[in-house]
Amino acid sequence: MASTTTPIPRALETVAPLMAPGHTFESISRDITDVVLERPMPRAWFACLGIGVTLLGMLGASTAYLFWEGLGLWGINNPVGWGFAIVNLVWWIGIGHAGTLISAILLLFNQDWRTAINRSAEAMTLFAVMCAGIFPLLHVGRPWAIFFILPYPNTMALWPQFRSPLLWDVFAISTYFTVSLLFWFTGLVPDLATLRDRSKGISRYFYGIFALGWRGSAKHWFRYEAAYLLLGGMSAPLVVSVHTIVSFDFAVSVIPGWHTTIFPPYFVAGAIYSGFAMVLTILIPVRVLFNMEDFITKRHLDNMAKVMLATGLVVFYGYMTELFYAWYSGNDYERFMMANRIGGPYAWAYWCLLFCNALSPQFLWIKWVRTNTIPLFILTIIVNIGMWLERYVIVVTSLTRDFLPSSWGTYAGTIFDWMAYVGSMGLFITMMCLFIRFLPMITIFEVRIQQDQLNRNEIR
Amino acid sequence: MSDHGHHDDTPKTYGLIAEFDTPDELLHAAESAYKAGYRTMDAYSPFPIHGLSEAIGFKKTAVSLITLLAGLTGAATGFGMQYIAMVLHYPYDIGGKPFLSWPSFMPITFELTILFGAFGAFLSMFALNGLPRPNHPIFNAKRFERASSDGFFLCIEAEDGQFDMDKTRAFLEAQKPVEVSEVHA
Repeated sequence: MASTTTPIPRALETVAPLMAPGHTFESISRDITDVVLERPMPRAWFACLGIGVTLLGMLGASTAYLFWEGLGLWGINNPVGWGFAIVNLVWWIGIGHAGTLISAILLLFNQDWRTAINRSAEAMTLFAVMCAGIFPLLHVGRPWAIFFILPYPNTMALWPQFRSPLLWDVFAISTYFTVSLLFWFTGLVPDLATLRDRSKGISRYFYGIFALGWRGSAKHWFRYEAAYLLLGGMSAPLVVSVHTIVSFDFAVSVIPGWHTTIFPPYFVAGAIYSGFAMVLTILIPVRVLFNMEDFITKRHLDNMAKVMLATGLVVFYGYMTELFYAWYSGNDYERFMMANRIGGPYAWAYWCLLFCNALSPQFLWIKWVRTNTIPLFILTIIVNIGMWLERYVIVVTSLTRDFLPSSWGTYAGTIFDWMAYVGSMGLFITMMCLFIRFLPMITIFEVRIQQDQLNRNEIR
Repeated sequence: MSDHGHHDDTPKTYGLIAEFDTPDELLHAAESAYKAGYRTMDAYSPFPIHGLSEAIGFKKTAVSLITLLAGLTGAATGFGMQYIAMVLHYPYDIGGKPFLSWPSFMPITFELTILFGAFGAFLSMFALNGLPRPNHPIFNAKRFERASSDGFFLCIEAEDGQFDMDKTRAFLEAQKPVEVSEVHA
């Protein structure tokens, strides 16, 4: 029975196995922990860290000057109160969503290929949400009074405005960060135990503290799996709710181009689209630099590219819906808003975004593109530029030209807007570098489960 | 040796531990041990093995129930906070909406449900597992560092009513382990 090989149906053929053959449980532990414990970091890592820290320093310097001088340094003005800050917030939060999608939703759908990428994608989520958090903090103008947004007992007997989507955002994003951190740490504990047992000296001490004394007991695993599944089950609707609420910031208002019901699904799809692009941007170089091709195979790249294609098409559908309903609504302001996007002063951004987000993902229909790292890497960069432009177009075209021509204006980011934006990438790069240096970038215990399933021929 | 002077010099026994090469051998040994009447035991593995905790007679956990209760507490907190703030404590007219405009209270109610539920799952799992607990007698076991990489262990504890140094050792040896050794408490 076992000797007869049944041919694999064409639809189930894959471009590569889930992981390279010939591994044992021990070789999995060794290959992944050696990056942290034994091998020196490659030169490219030092280069990345150097760039990250430099940009982070730029963020610090520009922020210090911003605190000194005030928000007038930014390009925001009277009709456009929301410039880069909200664009960057939405962009970073969106990027974070792929991590939760990979760790929670693919877990619930039993997608084996999430195993090798979930740890780094979740780390990306946390760092992206940190980057996002910078912008509302700076944008309030008086960051030392940021606690005013929280419902705390105060002498004025005042409460925040619970009917406002901006406050919903505060709860959504802080819950999202906290739950993502709990989920990520829960996943890390058994791997920290592996690091504890393989390291010496001071690092053994620190990994030991954070491993919480994990000993791999069957009773512990039983509760662990229950809790992990519950966290996944709660994170899945959470991630959908977060970007829905982010889109409410726009959709609940009455500004033309913002006041639409397509926003929640179209924002969630866009978030996953840009997030998968960012996961690929990170993993394509990382898997080569740290010799992780055994675990992150072409199969993973191919699958992630397919998710990008699917969500990219949903985003494209969103663009088309916006166009159609602007016309079909018969509303003069909506029609003007769309004409203004297509041919107004910010038309360059609109056409660039259509190129980046509607045209370029169509190349992902081609298998050669999905499985070749260089074209795929270039595409992921284009997609992330496109997703930034999408939010720029939404924010700027609607705010610069709303109902009354007498209140129209123009907007452009200043050098300080750019320094804050590029500086936030510095924070992201620095955190990713430190994560790779000190923590296992792949969930070791889940790769062991995968190896066990491979041993039993349950998966390919 | 590690005991100080006035204590009994012979180290106390925590249990007998058997090491196996594969998850299947461990699962099989755990099932046999339960069948042989052993109850106070635990198995240790570098990844969760389906059916292993059931095999040693551990089938239920309160984690899901606690998570549910924590989530409901979060929902009540979220809605209650908004009700108190917007209806009882400081009602004021915003856009002509009723004071109890409950649909706009839903997002925060939902977020707090998830937040509390996640803490419920996270804290109850670690608390019921008795973690953090940096030290444990099982770490005295020979080659136990492999339990976090490629070792599969079954430990029958001395507290078990049926535990007998010789008979239990003979039973474990019969399961064809790599090695059986004593774990000092």
